Amino acid sequence: MKHSVLHVALAAVAISGAGTFGATAAWEPVRPVEFIVPAGTGGGADQMARTIQGIVTKHNLMKQPMVVINKSGGAGGEGFLDVKSSANNPHKIIITLSNLFTTPLATGIPFNWKDMTPVAMLALDEFVLWVNAEKPYKSVKEFVDAVKQAPAGSIKMGGTGSKQEDQIITVAVEKATGTKFTYIPYKGGGEVAVQLVGNHVDSTVNNPIEAVAQWRGGKLRPLCVFDGKQMAYDEVIADGKGWKDIPTCKSQGLDMEYLMLRGIFMSPKATKDQVEYYIDLFKKVRATPEWQDFMKSGAFNTTFLTGADYAKWVETEEKRHETLMKEAGFLATN
Amino acid sequence: MTTNSSDAGPTHKAVEAGVTLLIALFGAIVIYGSVKAGINWGAEGPRAGFFPFYIGIFIVVASAVNLWNGLRDGDDGLFAEWGQLRQVMSVVVPTSIYVGVMPFTGLYLASIIFIGWFMRWLGKYSWPIVAAVALGMPVVTYLIFERWFLVPLPKGPIEEWLGL
Amino acid sequence: MEELVNLFHGFAVALQPFNIMVMILGIVLGVIIGVLPGLGGANGVAILLPLTFSMPPTSAIIMLSCIYWGALFGGAITSILFNIPGEPWSVATTFDGYPMAQQGKAGEALTAAFTSSFVGALFAVIMITLVAPLVASFALQFGPAEKFAVYFLAFCSFVGLSKEPPFKTIAAMMIGFALAAVGLDSITGQLRLTFGSTELLNGFDFLIAVIGLFGIGEILLTMEEGLSFRGGKAKIDLRVVLQTWKEMPRYWVTSLRSCIIGCWMGITPAGATPASFMSYGIAKRVSPKGENFGKGEIEGVVAPETAAHAAGTAALLPMLSLGVPGSPTAAVLLGGLLIWGLQPGPMLFVEQKEFVWGLIASMYLGNLVGLIVVLTCVPIFAAILRVPFSIIAPLILVLCAIGAYSVHSSTFDVVMMLVFGVVGYLLKKCNYPLAPLVLAIVLGDKAEEAFRQSLLGSQGSLGVFFSNTLVGTIMVLGLIALFWSLIQQGYSRLRTAAA
Repeated sequence: MKHSVLHVALAAVAISGAGTFGATAAWEPVRPVEFIVPAGTGGGADQMARTIQGIVTKHNLMKQPMVVINKSGGAGGEGFLDVKSSANNPHKIIITLSNLFTTPLATGIPFNWKDMTPVAMLALDEFVLWVNAEKPYKSVKEFVDAVKQAPAGSIKMGGTGSKQEDQIITVAVEKATGTKFTYIPYKGGGEVAVQLVGNHVDSTVNNPIEAVAQWRGGKLRPLCVFDGKQMAYDEVIADGKGWKDIPTCKSQGLDMEYLMLRGIFMSPKATKDQVEYYIDLFKKVRATPEWQDFMKSGAFNTTFLTGADYAKWVETEEKRHETLMKEAGFLATN
Repeated sequence: MTTNSSDAGPTHKAVEAGVTLLIALFGAIVIYGSVKAGINWGAEGPRAGFFPFYIGIFIVVASAVNLWNGLRDGDDGLFAEWGQLRQVMSVVVPTSIYVGVMPFTGLYLASIIFIGWFMRWLGKYSWPIVAAVALGMPVVTYLIFERWFLVPLPKGPIEEWLGL
Repeated sequence: MEELVNLFHGFAVALQPFNIMVMILGIVLGVIIGVLPGLGGANGVAILLPLTFSMPPTSAIIMLSCIYWGALFGGAITSILFNIPGEPWSVATTFDGYPMAQQGKAGEALTAAFTSSFVGALFAVIMITLVAPLVASFALQFGPAEKFAVYFLAFCSFVGLSKEPPFKTIAAMMIGFALAAVGLDSITGQLRLTFGSTELLNGFDFLIAVIGLFGIGEILLTMEEGLSFRGGKAKIDLRVVLQTWKEMPRYWVTSLRSCIIGCWMGITPAGATPASFMSYGIAKRVSPKGENFGKGEIEGVVAPETAAHAAGTAALLPMLSLGVPGSPTAAVLLGGLLIWGLQPGPMLFVEQKEFVWGLIASMYLGNLVGLIVVLTCVPIFAAILRVPFSIIAPLILVLCAIGAYSVHSSTFDVVMMLVFGVVGYLLKKCNYPLAPLVLAIVLGDKAEEAFRQSLLGSQGSLGVFFSNTLVGTIMVLGLIALFWSLIQQGYSRLRTAAA
């Protein structure tokens, strides 16, 4: 393979950090692997995919290059349909977010996760209920009371996308507390957090990585995390508190759990060897310090599942999304 | 819009009327699609088709005015001479073929033939120059896009066979 | 004073030999990315991002931001030479840049574009250096209503400028809005105008429309007039740079105004595209040579380029201090910061001084290096126009096809590009203005989104657009701009009627 000037220049820098991993699986990619991101550049899934690409490049985990391609059209439908139509092409993998379930349900595009081959769950993304730090509410109870007292719909919840994870959580919170929010959809999570800082919305359910900078800066306050247990990271972030100190929403009387899948699928009809190769690859990625730093900076839940366990988890989540979205009236009508 | 030549060609008026009708048709499609998406004011403010619906109406109304103005104006000039249109079609037709076969042959083979055709038949260059440019361009493209910037471009059976 | 000390420290960081090498490499890569259609700044930075992981964060961000500068410079080249804007904010540069190239003044146009870019960026960097925290808090004031007001102002200051019949302008602009609406409606999460086609899920990307309408359309027009590009007689020696520089101080008012518009739009963060259109529109109205805009007036290159670069640079400020990107490229850079373990936000300026000031210093140096690199290449770029048409035309067509393909990796987009090309040829021959169409494609869905977000927040009350001084002022400015053009039109019609 003929290297370009750029590669040579960067390879010289990279050599020092290069590890010695050898591929053990029976199958290996013979062409560049396309890593599809069903979301725009700069978002959470895109960041994770490009981090993985960087780790794979830096540690020489794969002999062929890994190429990240964004296919964000139709709330990610473009990316999923692309993988669905690439049967027998083992050089195509995709990273998913909750739009794996929400996009086909809300838009009615002809796609289901079973059209792809599950590879591995890399991590789960947490959701935290945030309010502006200038506001008086210090706990979920104070916040919910304030929402109840305000005229219905006058409290604004900001979130990413429409009929996707943030709005599903919002509807679930409304149900659990008997309140009514006005949900305002934005394009990206970072923008949502800034809208909360600027008091253009009253609360958000941002992922940790989207809002952590504003928390550190003393602009936002986390109230609770939508997970069954508290997060594992105890490093202090602001006001002497770390991720670990955020109570679960359930313990605060807000009975709702929601985690977002950050998992890998590949094109349909992949052989066992091919799936094994990628599982092995992602195990190596997970072992690198860069990956662990990334998990820490985003306070991810690092559950790792493969094979039947993974498929079962996805199936349960799909049913749950169907129920949640049906109750919220988010299913496609046509 | 040259009118000083005696060559025949479609009149400006006819072409403009045709274009205006096409735009109106586009507007009608937009209106139809918007109605399907819902054009009323729902619980969450305007629904998905609300704005496109009025945009479609605007397009149709504006086209009606344009059609009226176009037919009323006494512009009897030619849109273009047939000879000029033949020149235009000599680019449009091969480019259409080029674009049409790309999904099957891949970008590289189609580009080689397209560039070669253009230079040989329109530019009348000698074969060595034609071959140099037609082969050189795809090679440079391959190196820059696929090797440097890792942007995969459409490939066909030949690339498959070469194992690229 | 503390800022200056920090800045000098930053220069020391940026001037390390390794960082200077990285800077030049970044600029060259950026120019290549900017020139090749389809590989825009955002894509280019995203593609090269993982390659910088093995560098120290400061060097990596210097390299990426230099790619960004390079791409900004490079975007002007194809706009001027071939009427193909590679980025949305280069569209306004084609209005006068391309006519200049056709008149054999490609060298002058390129020099003016590059120099203006540099001036705009420099102005914005100086502002970042001096008033960063103050400016950041201003950006926080911008909710959906304020954003809509800014888009409204951008439309109003641009609309009504064309000399084409008003109903053709309306039709063209509405076609743009309709095309922008295709795909997923971001407020209801519902598909619209896709008619069950999976290809239409993505909607119509600006780049595909513009490559077709402007680039391919222009080639078809050239074919009609015979097989040659006008502009082959462009001067191709470096003296043209000095000659143009002598002329440029005359436009200092336009430059200054464009710098301010650009900085403001970059911070808000509405971005470089409305900035370039707004700046062009206002310059055309205010300038004594306004009548000649669109026919190859150098001031018509200075205004949009200065504003676009001031905005592009200022957009990095809200990214660093708030974590909200002002442009797609800034969004990718933001992802890079997170990957290197740097959290953009209020604490970045406090906790990561070396990084922040190294970056700011590299903005000064990167722009200067970029300017020198591209200016020395002006004769080379101008010489491209001397390549015979029947060689360059197929190459451009192939590059356009690659550009259209690489936006979404879809061959359907290449077909659409050709359709847009034929449509562009027909519309242009029938006297429909293409600029409002493109402006509507670029900003249409964003404006609609902001409008509907505002109405959601206000529970349907239109009063939200006049609910505070900031949004009210911008809206009133927009209305003035809108009616100003109507008054002007009425006035000129009266005058022609009297004559």
